[in-house]
Amino acid sequence: MSEIFDKPSELDRRTLLRRAAAVGLLATPAVGMLSACASGGGDETQKQSTGQKSAENPLGIDPKAPVEIVIFNGGFGTAYATDVHTPLYNKKWPDSKVVYSATEQISTVLQPRFNAGTPPDMVDNSGSNLMDMGALVKAGQAADLTDLYDAPSWDDPAKKVRDTLVPGAIEPGTYNGKPFAMNYAFTVFGLWYNSKLFAKNKWTPPTTWADFTALCDKIKAAGLTPFGYAGANASYYMVRAIMTSAAKIGTEQVLKDIDNLKPGAWKADAVVKAAQAWGEVGNKYTNKAFLGLKHTEVQLQQDQDKLVFYPCGSWLENEQAKDTPPTFEYAVTPLPSVTTSDQLPATAINAAAGEMYFAASKGKNPQGGKEYLRAMLSKEGAKGFTKLTKSLTVVAGAADGLDLTPGLASANKMLSAAGKDAFLGYLFDSWYKKLDDESRSAVNELFFQGGNAQKFCERMEAASQAVAKDSSITKFTRS
Amino acid sequence: MRHGKYPFIIGFLAVPLALYGTFVVAAYVQVFQLALTNWSGLGPVEYVGFDNFVKLWHDDLFWKSVRHNLFLLIFLPIVTIFIALVFAFLLNVGGGFKGGVTRGVWGSKVYRVIFFFPQLLALAIVAVIFGRVFAPDRSGLINGLMPESFQPWLFLADGRWALTCILAVLVWQAVGFYVVLFSAGMGSISHEIYEAAALDGANRITLFFRITVPLLWSTIQVAWIYLGIAAFDAFALVNIMSVNRGGPDGATSVLAMMIYRNAFEFSQAGYASALGVVLFFLTLTFAALTLRVTRREAVEF
Repeated sequence: MSEIFDKPSELDRRTLLRRAAAVGLLATPAVGMLSACASGGGDETQKQSTGQKSAENPLGIDPKAPVEIVIFNGGFGTAYATDVHTPLYNKKWPDSKVVYSATEQISTVLQPRFNAGTPPDMVDNSGSNLMDMGALVKAGQAADLTDLYDAPSWDDPAKKVRDTLVPGAIEPGTYNGKPFAMNYAFTVFGLWYNSKLFAKNKWTPPTTWADFTALCDKIKAAGLTPFGYAGANASYYMVRAIMTSAAKIGTEQVLKDIDNLKPGAWKADAVVKAAQAWGEVGNKYTNKAFLGLKHTEVQLQQDQDKLVFYPCGSWLENEQAKDTPPTFEYAVTPLPSVTTSDQLPATAINAAAGEMYFAASKGKNPQGGKEYLRAMLSKEGAKGFTKLTKSLTVVAGAADGLDLTPGLASANKMLSAAGKDAFLGYLFDSWYKKLDDESRSAVNELFFQGGNAQKFCERMEAASQAVAKDSSITKFTRS
Repeated sequence: MRHGKYPFIIGFLAVPLALYGTFVVAAYVQVFQLALTNWSGLGPVEYVGFDNFVKLWHDDLFWKSVRHNLFLLIFLPIVTIFIALVFAFLLNVGGGFKGGVTRGVWGSKVYRVIFFFPQLLALAIVAVIFGRVFAPDRSGLINGLMPESFQPWLFLADGRWALTCILAVLVWQAVGFYVVLFSAGMGSISHEIYEAAALDGANRITLFFRITVPLLWSTIQVAWIYLGIAAFDAFALVNIMSVNRGGPDGATSVLAMMIYRNAFEFSQAGYASALGVVLFFLTLTFAALTLRVTRREAVEF
């Protein structure tokens, strides 16, 4: 035994050091973890269950096969799945067990399973760690939902599922003409403010840019920050504001060109004008410190009446529910018209279906996953969702008769005022993550770091063309 | 017992080596293979030769990240080792020479514990805490201490200083450990040497540079390499603390952050693997160079 230890010269400090360094080196974390999720097999599909198609069972599921669902545990919580949708599904299919799990890290938990060929049947692909939907579609991992949308709806067999939804509900989940993801929550975007603060100061929500800047001057004079967003992690709220303004100036075609990576799309007159207008707001009416703050911190400042306007979606009220004092009542107004010759009216808004759900094509029971989606798209399922999450859904008229909170009521009012001028917006952020990333940095530069509209547009144009030229990125188009 | 030597060694090493081979070496080999593909992270794998490396060569963010890693590589070891050495010296020798033994400054036992505290905190928690310390408005610890008329510092929101803020946190977290490491090294330096030097009239500064540092050289070398490897990482802090994760506008981007984002967010696992290969060779080069450059005969005592 002693021989192992009594020859220090064999293992002197230097050798030990060299070995230790080598070990430390090989343990450099980020490198090794990549291949931990490298694909093993990929092509072989596990045995899938199906059943006889009938009027009662339009998707042809096996009534006895379990269906596995994974829910993102985020702003909407998970109660809507466990307390509303699952019981609803089980009422119709009592023998089909719903295997439920929830996670905050969708990609970390599920990507290895997709690569191993053993995905769950239905996934709520949301949150900041969501899987790249475009890549999933390209890899053939998402099931085509055409049969789901063409199936009779849960409540009324005479109506197809697609006819029970609000206009524009299916398009965001469509990839090259086919639907692969079901976007469930319906979100309306605008400028959020405290209606009680406005009433107290006799301010009115602006509709023209001149009104807006005049009001901002007044707010600034009152010692508050007129407008701001969180640069540290939520700059895409501001990207949306600029894009929305650009669409109001030059119609949604501006955004379609951007999504289609059309050369010159980012240098279009409408985009330049929108960037100019908002860049000026950044110069004059914001707090530069917001660049270093997270969305929760900025939203809290709004709740404390330190910040007046905040560009956001209709989830805001629910997200802030715990921090909203009684002196604060959320209300929302459309982004004011930038020019007097805007092609869309001042009431036009960006309203889009978000929170993606999809059935995995290589799951054990993809049809069961679709049937679960069909249950979610029922009136009862949608109503339960709205009640629990304070968010509207893509199911038309499902919120009727519900007692809405002030912010949601205001959003609902804004949506009906917009009518046919509610537009879907843009999809490049979910199609091309790299372009999304560039837009976040570019908008921060424009707004907080002394950039200007021309720089912003040139930078985005260059990034867009780089994506267009990159053959390793799957391209999508919309019309 | 000579006959039992090899089974004994093999018995100890088989399991760790198998684990290491499977989860580290095999993973590395696969990264080299994936670097030659345009694999998205999902689905089929297609070989594209050295395209990823060509793309990388023309990627501004890549060069920016390399520069940031080099910045950390230079300053993290220098600053940390300097501070740790000074503290360790003060804790062990700084109190002067009394009754035949050298001693630390008054209260050195308490300081030693305090300096080690940061080491006990998980890096993620450190990052969150310093996110508050560096908050760019009055709610921040530092800005909150400033007088009312003062324009708050932006810290992480200022592209010129963001990386320095990250460096400061890395140093703060690392110093405690190296104070302990150097203290242990100093403990093994015999008192007679200090005694003799003190009798010759050496002051504390001379003691530090002429006695302590040369006799601690090999420990400092270890510290240098460990800190260098830490400088190639810095992922956790950048991920949690920085604006837009690696921003503002790439001002804090490091290679590990780029790898993570390309692999798990941009669905470009092939490109991320190419970055991983580059990082591998950079780290290897660094370790080899450091060992070569700092080679010096150890002082026998």
